[in-house]
Amino acid sequence: MITVNRYRCGYCGACVSVCPRDALDLVETYIEVDDKCSNCGICTKVCPMGALELVEDEE
Amino acid sequence: MKSNYDVIVVGAGPAGSIAARTAAEQGLDVLLIEKRQEIGDPVRCAEGTGKMGLSQFIEPDPRWICAEVTGARIFAPDGTCIELNEKLAGKEVGYVLERKIFDRAVAKTAARAGAEVQVKTQATSLIKENGVVCGIKGKHRGEDFEARAKVVVGADGIESKVGKWAGINTTLKPKDIETCAQFLVTDIDIRADSCDFYMGNLRAPGGYVWIFPKGKREANVGLGMLGSRFTGKHPIDYLHEFMAWKFPEGKIIETVVGAVPASGMLKQLSTSGLVLVGDAGRVSDPITGGGIYNGMVSGRIAGNVLADAIKANDLSVKKLQRYDREVREALGKQLDRNYKAKEFVVKAEDSLMNSVARSLHGVNFEEMSVPKLLKEIITRNPSMFLELAGLF
Repeated sequence: MITVNRYRCGYCGACVSVCPRDALDLVETYIEVDDKCSNCGICTKVCPMGALELVEDEE
Repeated sequence: MKSNYDVIVVGAGPAGSIAARTAAEQGLDVLLIEKRQEIGDPVRCAEGTGKMGLSQFIEPDPRWICAEVTGARIFAPDGTCIELNEKLAGKEVGYVLERKIFDRAVAKTAARAGAEVQVKTQATSLIKENGVVCGIKGKHRGEDFEARAKVVVGADGIESKVGKWAGINTTLKPKDIETCAQFLVTDIDIRADSCDFYMGNLRAPGGYVWIFPKGKREANVGLGMLGSRFTGKHPIDYLHEFMAWKFPEGKIIETVVGAVPASGMLKQLSTSGLVLVGDAGRVSDPITGGGIYNGMVSGRIAGNVLADAIKANDLSVKKLQRYDREVREALGKQLDRNYKAKEFVVKAEDSLMNSVARSLHGVNFEEMSVPKLLKEIITRNPSMFLELAGLF
């Protein structure tokens, strides 16, 4: 799953623009990740701040 | 807020505000919405733009002009400097703006032209009937609302959703996005009349560092890197390294992050009942990253085309495709060329950048046009003929 470090995020929307599933949304200062996310991790690579991380789902 | 308009514009950046203003000036009933609570803030821009282009849209005002620059310096990775005067430096220099004030000023011109403006108002989906876009669903200060319109304008920036909802694929590939971080730095020694650029894959892979003055001892210091060049370090990491090298004593008073579409214009900018303007249509320049002027050009064309279509009561796909044609006519050639240039530059090794910069030693750039400069580069670097000849 994608986690967002909200203290590091600069709410720029770069991650939203590259999401092939349209699973991310930026609302004011808040990135939302919905269940369409396929955990491809593309968003983590374009985040200018390194605020997004792909972590393994908890069982 | 009403439930019915001629045009709803989603996003109150320069492109959206100019679209709204142009449509309102022609008597249309326009709603301009912005999901943030403050138009223009937070800033996601290096704030450089051209004087000539900007003044086509709004009277220059000292309240939103931080600095005027008369040229640019490009530093190769080895420090070799190419100095360009204003004419050669292109339309991304001239003014360094205060976008927080500028964006509001442009939105005010839309409001004064008669557009209704609503902030903290987000589109969450489109209303469609028989495949035709005819309005939006959204949230206004947290409350659900629906508003119908003859045409919806997507001006919702790099993270555009409106186009996707209408079936236009706006997803950027990592190789077509410059991801950026910037500090507003004060109390530093800079040249206050020059925009400076530092090239080099060690400093900004597939991009460059910029220093845009915002006063005598203050500047936007930022960089963009290509999304596909990520190898574990983010733009903010590279920026800290550059700061430590160039401005270790600088005081950071603002952090700005953002991204620039470097894909070139979308192949499709309109569909039934909808058009895309500005960064949502990917009309920003792939090589310079400049998007203010191009966005406003697309906004003005959209406003005019929509006014004609609505007055003629013809909102067919064919009628709205006039928008695609006119934007392509106004911006397409330059965007296509600069996309090819970007593809060339991002693949260039530092050694190539150094040798080109060194080869230009002694050239009088004061008397040179861009085509002449390219000819000079090819003359002095014949091995680059095939790669560069197709660009111009």
